[in-house]
Amino acid sequence: MTSVDTTQGVRRRKAASPFLRVAKRIGASLFSVIATLFGLLFVTFLIARVMPIDPVLAVVGERASNEIYEAAYKQLGLDQPFIVQFFYYVRDVVTGNFGMSNLTARPVLDDIARVFPATLELATLATIIGVLFGIPAGVVSAVYEGRWPDQVIRFIGLFGYSMPIFWIGLIGLMVFYGKLGWVGGPGRLDIFYEDIIPSVTGMILVDSLIARDWTIFWNAVSHIILPASILGYYSLAYISRMTRSFMLEQLGQEYITTARVKGLSETKVIWRHALGNVMIPLITVIVLSYASLLEGSVLTEVIFAWPGLGNYITNALLSADMNAVLGGTVIVGLVFVGLNLLSDFLYKIVDPRSR
Amino acid sequence: MLFKKSIAALSLTTALVLPMIGAIPAAHAETPPNMLVVAHRIDDLISLDPQEMFEFSGTDYANSVYQTLVDYDDRDFSKGFGPSIAESWDISEDGKTYTFKIADGMKFASGNPITAKDVEFSLRRAILLKKTPSFILTQFGFTEDNLGETLVAKDDSTFVLVTDKKYAPSFVLNCMTSAIASIVDSKVVQEHEVDGDLGNAWLKVNSAGSGAFNLTSWKPNESLTISSNPNFSGGEPAMKRVIIRHIPESATQRLLLEKGDVDIARNLTPEDVAGLADDKHLKVQQDLRGRVMYLSMNQGDETLSNPKVIEAIKYLIDYDGMADSFLKGQYIVHQAFLPLSYLGELKDKPFKLDIEKAKALLAEAGYEDGFEVEFIVRTEQDRLDIAQALQNNFAQAGIKVSIIQGTGKEILGKYRARDFQIYVGVWGPDYPDPQTNADTFASNPDNSLEAKLTGKLAWRNAWPATGFTERTEAAVQESDTAKRAQMYVDMQKDFQKEAPFAIMFQKTEQNGLGADVEGYSMGAAITGSYYGNVTK
Repeated sequence: MTSVDTTQGVRRRKAASPFLRVAKRIGASLFSVIATLFGLLFVTFLIARVMPIDPVLAVVGERASNEIYEAAYKQLGLDQPFIVQFFYYVRDVVTGNFGMSNLTARPVLDDIARVFPATLELATLATIIGVLFGIPAGVVSAVYEGRWPDQVIRFIGLFGYSMPIFWIGLIGLMVFYGKLGWVGGPGRLDIFYEDIIPSVTGMILVDSLIARDWTIFWNAVSHIILPASILGYYSLAYISRMTRSFMLEQLGQEYITTARVKGLSETKVIWRHALGNVMIPLITVIVLSYASLLEGSVLTEVIFAWPGLGNYITNALLSADMNAVLGGTVIVGLVFVGLNLLSDFLYKIVDPRSR
Repeated sequence: MLFKKSIAALSLTTALVLPMIGAIPAAHAETPPNMLVVAHRIDDLISLDPQEMFEFSGTDYANSVYQTLVDYDDRDFSKGFGPSIAESWDISEDGKTYTFKIADGMKFASGNPITAKDVEFSLRRAILLKKTPSFILTQFGFTEDNLGETLVAKDDSTFVLVTDKKYAPSFVLNCMTSAIASIVDSKVVQEHEVDGDLGNAWLKVNSAGSGAFNLTSWKPNESLTISSNPNFSGGEPAMKRVIIRHIPESATQRLLLEKGDVDIARNLTPEDVAGLADDKHLKVQQDLRGRVMYLSMNQGDETLSNPKVIEAIKYLIDYDGMADSFLKGQYIVHQAFLPLSYLGELKDKPFKLDIEKAKALLAEAGYEDGFEVEFIVRTEQDRLDIAQALQNNFAQAGIKVSIIQGTGKEILGKYRARDFQIYVGVWGPDYPDPQTNADTFASNPDNSLEAKLTGKLAWRNAWPATGFTERTEAAVQESDTAKRAQMYVDMQKDFQKEAPFAIMFQKTEQNGLGADVEGYSMGAAITGSYYGNVTK
């Protein structure tokens, strides 16, 4: 009896195991996501409370009387102990309530829904530009190591990496908008086109496509192309440098020599074999640079009057608008976690071993 | 010129990453003749409810969208206030009861007639909402409990206001011109009331006024659009639409202006203003602003409370040197606490940089070798420049200055807590009457720490303002306007000698305009800008 029982038990366990394994894995990653976000919230909350800025003044302004000040102090819950404040905050966040922003006097979630699409649009286009030009540039650079194409590409990359974005942005605007008139000016659209198409995603390029309004689409393109190119230039500089060094490492490997000896064409050796093996670390690089663009780029947003996340969080920080700072931090945290999951998924596609 | 060869070469490098740009059609036009586009930093705006807003861009908005009982003529501020929604008013013998006659035939943008009921609703609303600027009205003794007697519509065309004691009529009526005293359309606002909020949530993002314009849309940190009001008592404005775009950066504003994509650029740095000079299509308009830049000394500090030290420091400031160099176009030298163009203004400038005199004074005080002192300053370019210039001047008399910088909120926190030695910063008047600055600079009824009169600069600096507190009180009750003005002049002369405040500069603002823009008023030191009379 006992032996039968045992075998049955073993069999059952075996049958259930694939499902269990998946559930366990999902559970583990879900746990790590939640733990990460919780830790992030706690640290941000802690920093917010020890910052030498009075959040009440941020609400009531310099001229407020003592009664108004006291009322706001209570209303913000600042009379409660730290841990209680944190508990209330987490409870609200779990139910989707990020509170009101003091700076805009609107719900933080509404604010983020307004500013994040603008950043998403810009960051995505910038990353596309960075990848489209950065990878080939890096490959060419590695193949011609030390010769003039390499020197030129490295110079351009270094230039992009070391020039202050403030300066490049302004020069770009002066030349391409001010002098040549090739691109639209600051802002996301010419004012005459604003409020014409319904906002579905908040990303004007996508919304205008949905509305099939080509005039607005091209106007939006003319406005986004310059800031996106400038941000793209930065990510290009980074991506091409990383591609170059990964490629150099691969090109020195024995399997490359073998492939060449085998008589494979140089194109195949470089673009298929070597680049194929570089893809995994490269995905990490691209995803990380995309994620950092999604935090928003304050200077670019200021110069191009782009109403994005970077400016929003910075302004919130400077005026001790803690709900907005925490809300923004959670969003950035979610973006990082989400992109990490995405890169895990991409590894599986490009790496045959993990299929 | 601006585009030197080297820059052109650098921009070519940028062009390498923008190869697709040539294919994009350039879609540009001048702004339409009946539309005014303004580039302005409007991220300070948090509410459009006139009984709540207290920001600089809020004042511009209230000037455009709302009217008040009495108001200024935006083409000539020296005339003082005149009739607006009230066509006339009487003041009782005892100086406490004001009876306003509401003008006939005026309408809100909605088409509803403006009656005394709307005035009653609006002013009561200001008291009941208890928002930050409410003190401008509550200082006359209006409280939640006495509204039934103090702010009353007798009939549709008669409104009566009763103050708790006698005040100078100029004081009361000047306050009635400020944004918080805006008259809102009571029917429309009441329709949108939620949970007894007096329509606050709705009016934060909508308009219900009778001014030259109506709100069309507001996208925070992006744009504010207002459209002409056909019912406006001054006649529908020539600009059918005014679009105020939030453009934070001066260089970008200038570029938009040069390109003809905006008609007015509001936040230009002096360098960018200078850059506009050669352009025939543009012009520069300059006006005074109400803000004064000052330095103040904490009287809780032993050294800084020595009258000789206070006087010496006033001689250690290079007023003209700063105003003629890095502050050019932004500030002019001004040494009295009332801004120029206010009732009771004082033009005297008794102080100038005089190191020897300062040294002698310090020696008399027993500090011939100087001392060490800390400045607290907000991290803002003009203030830091001033602080550094002061640091140099002070060093010449042996005073070693260290500068503590911080964000506005940080520095303000220290200042209000009396946790500083010397503060360098700005004060802007709250409403267009001398009382606003006299009350904060020269009045301190209780200097004790527990009193926490944090709204008063005299208290923040632990200065008892002996004698000045009483004089401020007397001036605010003087019903003869000429006499009242003289009282402020005299008071400021003594203040210049005694007070631990060195008033240094008054703000001026320079806006860049398209050459065809006429009739734009910047509101002087008194208020914000007006777009209602603009033509182009």
